Amino acid sequence: MDLGEEGAVVRLVGGRGFITKLDAMRIRIGTKLRKLGGEPFGGPIIVEVEGINKEQIAIGHGMADRIIVEVK
Amino acid sequence: MRVLLIGNPNVGKSVLFSRLTGIDVIISNYPGTTVEFTKGWMKLGDRTVELIDVPGVYTLRPTTKAEEVALKMLEEMGKDDIVVHVADSTNLERSLGLTLQLVKKEIPMVIALNIWDEVEHVGIKIDVKELERILGIPCAPISALTGQGIKELVEKMKEAKLSYFDFNEERRWDEVGKILKRVQVVGHRHHTLWDRVAEATVLPIIGLPIALLVMLSAFFVIRAVGEGLVNFMDMLFEKFWTPLVLRISDALAEGVLHNILIGKVADKTIDYLESLGLLTTGIYVPFAAVLPYVFAFYLVLSLLEDIGYLPRLAVLIDGLMHKIGLHGLSVIPMMLGAGCNVPGVLSTRILETRKQGFMTAVMMSIAVPCTAQTAMIMGLVGKHGIVGLGSVFLTLFLVWTSVGLLLKKFMPGESPEIFMEIPHYRIPHIPSLIKKLRMRTFWFIRDAIPWLLLGVFMVNLFYATGFVDILARISSPVISKLWGLPPEAVISLIVGFLRKDVAVGMLTPLNLSLEQLVIASVVLTLYFPCAATFAVLVRTLGAKDTVRAVIIMLSYSLATGALLNTVLKFM
Repeated sequence: MDLGEEGAVVRLVGGRGFITKLDAMRIRIGTKLRKLGGEPFGGPIIVEVEGINKEQIAIGHGMADRIIVEVK
Repeated sequence: MRVLLIGNPNVGKSVLFSRLTGIDVIISNYPGTTVEFTKGWMKLGDRTVELIDVPGVYTLRPTTKAEEVALKMLEEMGKDDIVVHVADSTNLERSLGLTLQLVKKEIPMVIALNIWDEVEHVGIKIDVKELERILGIPCAPISALTGQGIKELVEKMKEAKLSYFDFNEERRWDEVGKILKRVQVVGHRHHTLWDRVAEATVLPIIGLPIALLVMLSAFFVIRAVGEGLVNFMDMLFEKFWTPLVLRISDALAEGVLHNILIGKVADKTIDYLESLGLLTTGIYVPFAAVLPYVFAFYLVLSLLEDIGYLPRLAVLIDGLMHKIGLHGLSVIPMMLGAGCNVPGVLSTRILETRKQGFMTAVMMSIAVPCTAQTAMIMGLVGKHGIVGLGSVFLTLFLVWTSVGLLLKKFMPGESPEIFMEIPHYRIPHIPSLIKKLRMRTFWFIRDAIPWLLLGVFMVNLFYATGFVDILARISSPVISKLWGLPPEAVISLIVGFLRKDVAVGMLTPLNLSLEQLVIASVVLTLYFPCAATFAVLVRTLGAKDTVRAVIIMLSYSLATGALLNTVLKFM
């Protein structure tokens, strides 16, 4: 997923804890995300979750790698 | 009967708690300000009931310690206990996810639709009646900050009900979507240029330069405000306090009492830093030398907190922080610690794992001097120009980094990645900001003055009894041989166990060279936390980890002092 691209989550690679954690932030299969950028020095990726408020969420690389997104 | 305040992080539970109970609590615009639950009492009709401010949670399937605490409290609810579910009206979608989980717990509740005053501004319309009808629970639109709707909320608390809403929990978010379609209308809102800039402050290309700019301006504002206030206080002291002290001095004549209260007076003038009396140094240091900077620091910090800048800073430097074993969020305790280590150490509980909490607490208490101490170091070392100050803070930074690298390598435990919501910017609510500033300033005065006076008193006692000479002789191998300081500097280290600011002040009469000032300032920061910080370290880390922390501090101060003494000789 590149900067500014939008896509829907198709698969979450991880256990129950991982899925619950993401679910609490409204990220689940089908959620549309937009990648806003990645922080320097191996910092997190910033995504915007679809919805009214356009919440920004910072996700560390390890977690982000396990969120599989299909880019439109 | 007990009332539990439950809601997502950063929806204003603590503001509401403060409104309902009249208890002052610290409120900020980032998740996790409340790390352990707070209790208070409020009037509900003619009953006095217990109100509990539960830490914010995203879900009732616990993924963090705060969520475990909250869930446990929910499960231990008694028969006539109720929940006031605090929701963010400007982000109903997120809040309703938790609402539906609460519904499944089958507990009587009321929904407080908080931040209602901003709903219109954001361009949202919410049909409260319809929401009440769908869920079957009383809902009250409120603004905890301004106090709007609080009375109605308290009335509705008497009608707390179980929800009759039924749904399949696996499809929770779909249900939220359906409810939203029925109760919420979103108007069109233009994206202004300001919105775009605000959004970009978390993106690296624009965000990093802005972060640098923010930190620099913060520094200069603190300096300007601090310096201005110091001058003002100096003027006040000279005009009103000095004549009074001189008169007391005349009345007392020479003697023990004069020494303790006034200290040294030469030619009808008082050197407030060197006289070492309770009424001179003991009053001047906290109120005129330190308080101005403490106030200025908290002014800037509180503003940054309430706007919501700190979480963005946390995200921006998360990558760098992880390189030394910390977490982006560590930046919040570190910044609080630069004000005073006590709230700094307490706030390390926002970090998830023991390792990150321990590391943040230790690195702060070893190498982050509080504003009180920094102000004194600036005054003392700053006189000799920027080189001295630069050496002190560069050394502290190197120590800070190396402690991080060492602990990262050798301490077992996990360093989980950052995963957090970035809160929206908010325009600070000025009355709350003033209140927070007042509280923090008051806490400083309350916590600092007794220790400070005790410190000044002890110095007098040690000098009067000749105990200083004995201590100086015992400690001279370290203080003189290793660190190159005069043996009398021991008094500074003794006072440093109580208060670091007076301790730095004690160096003034010793007429140290710039090199010695640098070494003394660094060693005073590193060697041991002040009494208040030590107490809070024991409480937060436990006795065992505090012992470990102290061993790190002592070894670092021995080594760093010796190293500086060697290096500075060649410069």
